[in-house]
Amino acid sequence: MLEDKDRIFKNLYNDLGSDLKSSKERGDWSNTKDICEKGRDWIIKEIKDSQLRGRGGAGFPTGLKWSFAPKEVGSRPHYLVINADESEPGTCKDRDILRFEPQKLIEGCLIASYAVNAHVCYIYIRGEYISEGANLQKAIDEAYKDGLLGKNAAGSGWDLDIYIHYGAGAYICGEETALLESLEGKKGQPRLKPPFPALIGLYGCPTIINNVETISVVPTILRKGAKWFSSLGREKNTGTKIYCISGNVNNPCNVEEEMGVPLKDLIEKHAGGVVGGWDNLKAVIPGGSSMPLLPKHICDSIKMDFDACAENKTGLGTAGIVVINNDQDIIKCMARIARFYKHESCGQCTPCREGSGWMWRMLERMAIGEASREEVDMLMDVTKQIEGHTICAFGEGSSWPVQGLLRHFKKEIEERNNFNPLVNTGQKNPYLVDQHLLEKDNV
Amino acid sequence: MSIKKISKDQPENFKFNDKNLEAAEKVISNYPKGKQQSAVMALLYIAQRQNNNWIPLSAMKYIARYLNMPYIKVYEVATFYTMYNLAPVGEYFFQVCTTTPCMLRGAYKLVDVCKSKISQNENVISKDGKISWMEVECLGACVNSPMIQINDDYFEDLDEKKLEKIIENIQHGQKIKPGSYKGRKSAEPENNRVTLMDSKNA
Repeated sequence: MLEDKDRIFKNLYNDLGSDLKSSKERGDWSNTKDICEKGRDWIIKEIKDSQLRGRGGAGFPTGLKWSFAPKEVGSRPHYLVINADESEPGTCKDRDILRFEPQKLIEGCLIASYAVNAHVCYIYIRGEYISEGANLQKAIDEAYKDGLLGKNAAGSGWDLDIYIHYGAGAYICGEETALLESLEGKKGQPRLKPPFPALIGLYGCPTIINNVETISVVPTILRKGAKWFSSLGREKNTGTKIYCISGNVNNPCNVEEEMGVPLKDLIEKHAGGVVGGWDNLKAVIPGGSSMPLLPKHICDSIKMDFDACAENKTGLGTAGIVVINNDQDIIKCMARIARFYKHESCGQCTPCREGSGWMWRMLERMAIGEASREEVDMLMDVTKQIEGHTICAFGEGSSWPVQGLLRHFKKEIEERNNFNPLVNTGQKNPYLVDQHLLEKDNV
Repeated sequence: MSIKKISKDQPENFKFNDKNLEAAEKVISNYPKGKQQSAVMALLYIAQRQNNNWIPLSAMKYIARYLNMPYIKVYEVATFYTMYNLAPVGEYFFQVCTTTPCMLRGAYKLVDVCKSKISQNENVISKDGKISWMEVECLGACVNSPMIQINDDYFEDLDEKKLEKIIENIQHGQKIKPGSYKGRKSAEPENNRVTLMDSKNA
């Protein structure tokens, strides 16, 4: 288990207070000026050396992302945008940072803005987080009053203004280009990439977009050194991560742990075990709803980091762990996730808009045993038609959980849905959905 | 996105009151000159608050003029995002999260309570005119599930009995207390916490 001294978020449970004074006592803002004085090249190199990977889901190396920003500011200003549109089912880590560790985020914003030459930073918070946003605004006001923001922020010689922008309940705005569209006052529909936001982003200007947790760990990394951070976890999967453990566990909780901690440890030690005991475990969604689920035999031994999850054909994502035990109907659970994606599809690309609803309807029928045997394979086909055929990663996000279900629980679905399609019973009904199966007769 | 019904009863006119005019100007000043369109989401939300938690079409037209942008663009935004109510809702607006993590811990039992105690169907205001409810997607408080949002606040770690009590309190005109209903003050484990014990005992 990670030692308390290596934990970055000392106030994750709000034992110590989130105001500026208490934050300073925990070490925030202690030498921000010195850090900035070492120069942006040093900051970016240190973050690269720490091998910090983005905590928002995709796991892109943060130092590399920052280095994509143009070195010199041209005719267009640079922007830093913080993605606090946390909407992935199973994930609630950014909420606790906004509530209890806002100064870490603000200090991170200053350092990151300095590193990428931005004078303005927007924090895009999901609209439902009203009190969390108010708390962050309070923290920003405190920082302004203390000279930590504004002109010559924290004595670093760098000017920075931070503004909060509220979303209004659209999951897709967590996608970085959709977030930019939303920030510009439009519908949140993702843009084609390239051009990448680092060159053409908000208002057509170079923009770096990072997750809340990524930015919040930056000050501590620079203070304690890249070496310390990279000594935790393993190569390319370094540092600590806030895991959210929800679902059928005895004590659902958020906990900061080392990268690569065994999943079983997280569930047993921190979350009080699976309801009904470990043997009652059915499956675990390891990284928020868009990551394929894992059956029990993999959960026994898997370690929670980016590469270990990828080896098991899933992803660490946001580290929102949803535990499902044997008392639940796994097909129903996934049907509910499919409904989520159907509801949240922005409607821009046809495969996703139509396919997400299609998957949901099929899964709902499969849950009650009203799908025919052929439809199980057809469902796999539908997911393959969506995956990779959309502008943004939502297509993958909506089809992967269904693929995960089919990969590990296909037998269960087939047992429940084992009748022949009506068309094979000899009735030739022109209104049947599965009419295409007749094609061999039509040749 | 979700299908939204636009209210048939629409007020003729809409105007920001003085306090909200000031708030609107403050929001617009957050964005670079000429990019006032960025403020449309915030302005719609301000309008929603001023107009009993829903946005009439006249408010969209007003905001379009205010920000010097086409009405259809405002309409697009208002219909795209789920948090804008385009028809009247109850004074207490219940949003019940039923996405999988909440569902695993009994969110649909809360829906049943809403059905029996508030109204059989979503988005129908209760007989006493105080409450309406709807099912929503993940509200991002999964480790405190099941939970609902009532107006601005999160009500966490609920069960049927606790929700019934909340509804009763509203019906009797009493104050309701947001936060966890298991006494948790954060996302810490309810029992057997093993981390950051020094700060807990400090």
